[in-house]
Amino acid sequence: MSTSRRTIAAAVAGAAALALIATGCAPAASSGGDDEKITLTLGTFNNFGYSDELLAEYTALHPNITIKQNIAKTSDDAQTNLFTKLAAGSGLSDVEAVDGDWMPKVKQYSDLFVDLASDDNAGRYSDWKTAGGTADGKLIGLGTDIGPEAICYRADLLSAAGLGTTPDEVAANISGDWDAYYAAGEKYTAATGKAWFDSAGATFQGLANQYQNFYEKDDGTVIATENPDVKAAFESVLDASSTLSAHLQEWTDDWAAGMANGSFATMLCPAWMLGVIQGDSPDATDWNIANTFPDGGGNWGGSYLLVPTQGKHTEAAKEFTDWLTAPEQQISAFKNAGTFPSQVAAYDDPALTGAKNEFFNDAPIGTIFADRANAVTVTPFKGINYGAIMGAVQNGLTRVEQGQQSVDDSWTQVVADIKALG
Amino acid sequence: MTTTTLRPPKGPIERSPRRIAFSQKLSRWDIKLSPYLYISPFFILFAVVGLFPLIYTGYISLLDWDPIRHSGKFMGLDNFAWVLGQTQFWLALRNTISIFLLSAVPQLIIALAIAAVLDSNIRAKTFWRMGVLLPYIVMPVAVALIFSKLFSNDYGLINTLLSDIGLPKVGWHTDVIPSQIAIATMVNFRWTGYNALILLAGMQAIPRDLYESAAIDGAGRFRRFFSITIPQLRPTLIFVIITATIGGLQIFDEPQLFDSSSTVAGGASQQWLTLTVYLHNVGWYQNGKYGRAAAIAWLLFLLIVVIGLINLAITRRIANNDARRNR
Repeated sequence: MSTSRRTIAAAVAGAAALALIATGCAPAASSGGDDEKITLTLGTFNNFGYSDELLAEYTALHPNITIKQNIAKTSDDAQTNLFTKLAAGSGLSDVEAVDGDWMPKVKQYSDLFVDLASDDNAGRYSDWKTAGGTADGKLIGLGTDIGPEAICYRADLLSAAGLGTTPDEVAANISGDWDAYYAAGEKYTAATGKAWFDSAGATFQGLANQYQNFYEKDDGTVIATENPDVKAAFESVLDASSTLSAHLQEWTDDWAAGMANGSFATMLCPAWMLGVIQGDSPDATDWNIANTFPDGGGNWGGSYLLVPTQGKHTEAAKEFTDWLTAPEQQISAFKNAGTFPSQVAAYDDPALTGAKNEFFNDAPIGTIFADRANAVTVTPFKGINYGAIMGAVQNGLTRVEQGQQSVDDSWTQVVADIKALG
Repeated sequence: MTTTTLRPPKGPIERSPRRIAFSQKLSRWDIKLSPYLYISPFFILFAVVGLFPLIYTGYISLLDWDPIRHSGKFMGLDNFAWVLGQTQFWLALRNTISIFLLSAVPQLIIALAIAAVLDSNIRAKTFWRMGVLLPYIVMPVAVALIFSKLFSNDYGLINTLLSDIGLPKVGWHTDVIPSQIAIATMVNFRWTGYNALILLAGMQAIPRDLYESAAIDGAGRFRRFFSITIPQLRPTLIFVIITATIGGLQIFDEPQLFDSSSTVAGGASQQWLTLTVYLHNVGWYQNGKYGRAAAIAWLLFLLIVVIGLINLAITRRIANNDARRNR
């Protein structure tokens, strides 16, 4: 019997549709299958030292995985990005870097992050760093670096004031407590008429990190407005900065230009600042690092890597994070950007102890920052309001530095601003 | 034999009841309803994208909202009371209005002048008209970053030029008015070309014989501009002023990126803090106080509505004056 043209047309259409559906239905993607090509995104800020070469090493080990790094300009930008996308439920990178300063805020949402504990990273960190990454018994953050502080200086500027040029000479001349640091600054300013440090704000950060409970008590209660240490630090830094500061607020274009132009002779230097200095003043040749810090030592910063549960490849991301925070990789990052390892195994590694930074005139950064890390006696408590309180205080310092208010008026406004946060 | 014609009985002629076809009913509905259907896509989209978020924000402003947990406890009008009691809010209001005036007024004057030039007989008209729109295409973020570098206090290009000429350096990042001028410059850079093209479109709709008859009567170019162009442009000017107002009261990109120091945006003494930047600070920088941010958003909305109504009243009065005069 002859099939009509209508029937043939219908049959062909049906077959075509079936074929289309069949191609559309790929087998369900196997979880982390070795053959599946995936791209993992890594969100960091500033300069973590994760160069393209370092990330390519992981691709060499896992050929199906490519890593793409998104770098935010400042820690604050990364913070707003993280919380916005956490609220939205999507859009975060597979691995997100979180600054230690706002890690407490992130810990409130620990259920939105993957538990990263594994046999590989057990015992990797000192207790306080592990505790920093743990929330509700879950290890949500693997530590990357810590920020032991030294003093970075410009040898050409200091030699003009007779404060020495080699790291040891300079260290001998400025060692001691904060008053000794300021006194050396007075000598410098008297001799050259130029600024000693970059800003009151940056110097204040160094002071703030030397107290256990500067702004908040261990249970989170805000004590910033009543703590006499805060007011004393506020006033002492502003007193020194009236003659010694270059008034260049951190992270501004002027501050970056000031580094290149030699507007200030010294600055507080946590290990991660080395990458920033090199990036902002690539043509300067006289930067060096003195193995000293007012009042011994301090830790400023230090971050963690977290894996948000909203990601599509959480298993692969967890493996990658484990690898990236291993001592060997952190030492590579340290060589790239000076981000000092938080992994205890790294401290014995000859690659670390013998490390030198070429840009900083072959300063032995391994030993310097290991010494400074050992000199840290206090782990400051930072609760969920730390960032906002520090912002208010920094604004207060800036207002005085820019001549808009007297120290007392500015402090009154700082107190009002902090009270308004509640 | 006589024939008699039979006449049908006189009476009302019965007709079968007329049936209205379904297609006729359909076409009647078509005529009544289709205008509404044609304009409904816009309103549906507005309801989803504009009206719903507006109402939801109002709902959030009454709660102490946690954005990540999507829940909050009822606060009544406490959030509004808190916002209205903050000095920063009033400073932000002052800044918003002053930045708006600093940007809208020069912008419109320059846009009017540019449109007048573009309307006259110049060569390569299309090239100039496209060129004037180029600043609008540049991303506001890129503009903000570049301009804030230019306006840097110590090492920026503008201060370096000023000190080379011998003038004192201006505190672009420290003083209130200079920082607002810098931000207004960025806004003007972006929007002048756009407004110029809209005004140009309005100008081209003015009948040419008005100009001709004025020229015959002896009016010079400027007289023609002020007496013909501007009055005839009134509807376009009203549109441009209203959109500039609504946009100007919500300026965010430029103040937010003006100073990349890691303190809260808007300047250490809130020199250039606008209401939207303040909203962002409160919502994102103060441990997620979304309820307060939502309160600020609603207050800003009410402000824009009030200013819009004032605009409307003024323009209606002007239009009425016109109608009375032309009678």
